Amino acid sequence: MGDGSFVTLSREEVLRDVEEGVADAVKRGKIESLSTDEIEHIVDICCRPQKFVSVEKGNELVLTYDSGTLKVTRLGIPIGMPQIMQLYERVFAADTLELAYVHYSFKPIKSIVPEEQYAVAETSLVTAAPLLYGAMPNLPLYTQPDGPCPNAAELLPMGKIKEAKQAQEEAAEYAIKDMVFVSSGVYEAGADGIDFDTTAAAGDAEFYATLKATEKLREKYPEMAIEIGMAGEFVLGFHGELEFDGVRLAGLYPHKQVKLAEKAGASIFGAVVNTNSSRTFPWNLGRAVTFCKACVEVADIPVHANVGMGVGGVPLVMTPPIDCVSRASAAMAEVGKLDGL
Amino acid sequence: MGGIRTAGDLVARMQLSRKMRLKEAKEYVADKLKISVDELADEVIMNELRRDLDIGDVYAGMGEQARGIEAKFRIASLLDVDINSVQRFLKKTKWQ
Repeated sequence: MGDGSFVTLSREEVLRDVEEGVADAVKRGKIESLSTDEIEHIVDICCRPQKFVSVEKGNELVLTYDSGTLKVTRLGIPIGMPQIMQLYERVFAADTLELAYVHYSFKPIKSIVPEEQYAVAETSLVTAAPLLYGAMPNLPLYTQPDGPCPNAAELLPMGKIKEAKQAQEEAAEYAIKDMVFVSSGVYEAGADGIDFDTTAAAGDAEFYATLKATEKLREKYPEMAIEIGMAGEFVLGFHGELEFDGVRLAGLYPHKQVKLAEKAGASIFGAVVNTNSSRTFPWNLGRAVTFCKACVEVADIPVHANVGMGVGGVPLVMTPPIDCVSRASAAMAEVGKLDGL
Repeated sequence: MGGIRTAGDLVARMQLSRKMRLKEAKEYVADKLKISVDELADEVIMNELRRDLDIGDVYAGMGEQARGIEAKFRIASLLDVDINSVQRFLKKTKWQ
C-alpha cells in the first residue's frame, strides 16, 4: 500500500488498480493514457516474484540525487562532506554527486557560503563524477516570524487576499536573490551546477522564484548545470495569478512545468508525482508513470523522475520497501522512458 | 547506471553539460569511447577501458590511476566538454 503496509493482490486486482491509477492521471492532467501493452508491462513488473527487480540490459538510467550528503549525516555518521561524496562515488557508484548542508535551504546557507565553498572546492579536487550543490528554495522561511515578509498563510484566512499576494511576491524577490547568490558562490568554487530541490513546495510563488533565479543564473553562467526538481505533481495556487513567460503557474502538472523549466534555462527537470498513502502500490505506480511519460514526451531536456519516499509510486514510509523502489524504478525506465531518476 | 564503475558519470555529465536526452547522451559517450551503447554499463569492459584511458575508477588507491581532478582533466578532453572545476584549476595555476 502507499503507506507501506503489506497486502496481497491477485494479478487481476493488480491490473485493475494500475488501470485506475492511469485513469486518475489522465483525468487530472488531461494527458494521454498508457497503451494496453504499457499497462500490461507495469502489471508484469509488479507481479514478478523476485523481491528486487531491474531493467533489461541497455535500459539503465543515470541518477541524480537530492540532499546527497545529508543521507549519510542523517544516519548519525559524523564524517565531512568531501568524504561523503567520495563514498558516493567509489562505494555507492553514484552517477552524480550532490553536496548539501544540513539546513537544506538557500536562506540559512546564504550566511555560510564561504564555508560551503571550501567543501565544494575540496570535493571537486578529489572526485571525478559531476558535482552539484543542492538546496530548497523554501519560500516560507521568508515569512514572519522567521523572515521579513508578512505570512500569507495567516493573511488568507483573514480575507486579506491582496496583502497575501503582495507578501508572496515580496518573499519571492528575497528568495531569487538568495538562490542566485548561493548558486553563484558554489559554482565559482568549482561545482558543476545547482539542484533546486522541492521546488514549488510553497506553491506558485516559489515556482516563480525558482524559474526567475534559473533565468538569471543561465544568463550569468551559460555553462552551468541547473536541475529543477519539483515538490509535487501540481503547482498549488497560493497566489493564483503569478505567470512566467505568459503562462499562469497555478495548477500546472509536470508536462507543462517542464516547458517552463526549459524556457528558464534548466538542464534537467525533476518530475514529481505524489503517492496516495491510502491506495495500493500498483495504483500509485500506474498513476506516476502516466504523468511522467506525458512529461518525457513533450520535453526537450532530460527528465529525471523523483522515485523515493512518498513520490514516484514509492510508499510514504521512512524505510521504503526495496521491492517497491526497484519496481517503480524499472517501470519508470521501461514504460515511462525517463532519462534518469 | 554505475557511476565510475561503468560509464554512468560520463553519460550523466553529457545530460548536465549539454542537456542531452538519455539516448543521445549514451550514443555520444559510446562514440567517444569507441564501444557499443550496451557496453557502457558493463563493469568489466568499462573497468578495463577506464584504466586504459586513465579516467579514474573506483579503485583509486591501486596502481597509478588518475583520480579526482586528474581524471576530470582527461574526461574533459575525452568528451570534448568544459568542466567547471578543471577550468578553475587551470585559471588558478595560471595555465590558461
